[in-house]
Amino acid sequence: MSKLTLTTEGDVHVIVKRHFNASPEAVYRAHIDPKIIRQWMLGPEGWTMPVCINDARPGGQIRYEWKNGNGKGFHLTGEFLELEPYRRIVHVERMHLPDPTPDNHVETTFEPNESGTLMTMRMTLPDAKTREMMLATGMEGGMEASYVRLEGLL
Amino acid sequence: MQANLDAAFAALADPTRRAILARLAAGEATVMELAEPFEMTQPAISQHLKVLQAAGLIQSRVDGTRRPRRLAKAGIEAMDQWLAMLRRALEANFDRLDQVLANIERKTKGAKR
Repeated sequence: MSKLTLTTEGDVHVIVKRHFNASPEAVYRAHIDPKIIRQWMLGPEGWTMPVCINDARPGGQIRYEWKNGNGKGFHLTGEFLELEPYRRIVHVERMHLPDPTPDNHVETTFEPNESGTLMTMRMTLPDAKTREMMLATGMEGGMEASYVRLEGLL
Repeated sequence: MQANLDAAFAALADPTRRAILARLAAGEATVMELAEPFEMTQPAISQHLKVLQAAGLIQSRVDGTRRPRRLAKAGIEAMDQWLAMLRRALEANFDRLDQVLANIERKTKGAKR
């Protein structure tokens, strides 16, 4: 029933595809407008994004800070490399856990189709050490809960 | 195990090796049995098996003159774990985004009316 596909390409990339019932303009905007980003880019249940800086222009900075009720938190920083409005975003990002992970280069494309938008993300696969760090942050357990979070969003 | 993860991803990049893993998921097999569906020599298959084994994805055992291979389950699970976490995080986020987009759409239509 999942609409998301996740595949690996070679040994360094993850390709994620997801369809949205909305125009490329709307989906694109949801990825660069801090007011919208903070409503959905939250990961596990109980996390909020108190800081969301997103300067959507080439060279512009990205900073997302997440916090949960237990005072735990981590943040992500990044930079925009290319933006083609409503079609394509290229950026790099790294998590601070608190040590920074190696840069993840992400290309996101938005293609119109019959019923909305096909979004494709091409990301760099983190190395083994980074994956270990990300799993060790305890994000895993919380992620399970986010399945049931859909209601009560807005 | 973690040290094997990069090797495991590299091993999975090859379609022949993925096909070998798919075959082994159905049960143990010898090099000869594994070579059968492919237009490849046994040494070529053996080379692929070596890569898979070095990545911790398969194991072999000695059975007389045969050395049947089977999946090393733990190796595959460890590698899948990270991708599974990524998938769950993205699914949760994008399901929420569906709701957000639907809401924006509703508001936009309301404003036009």
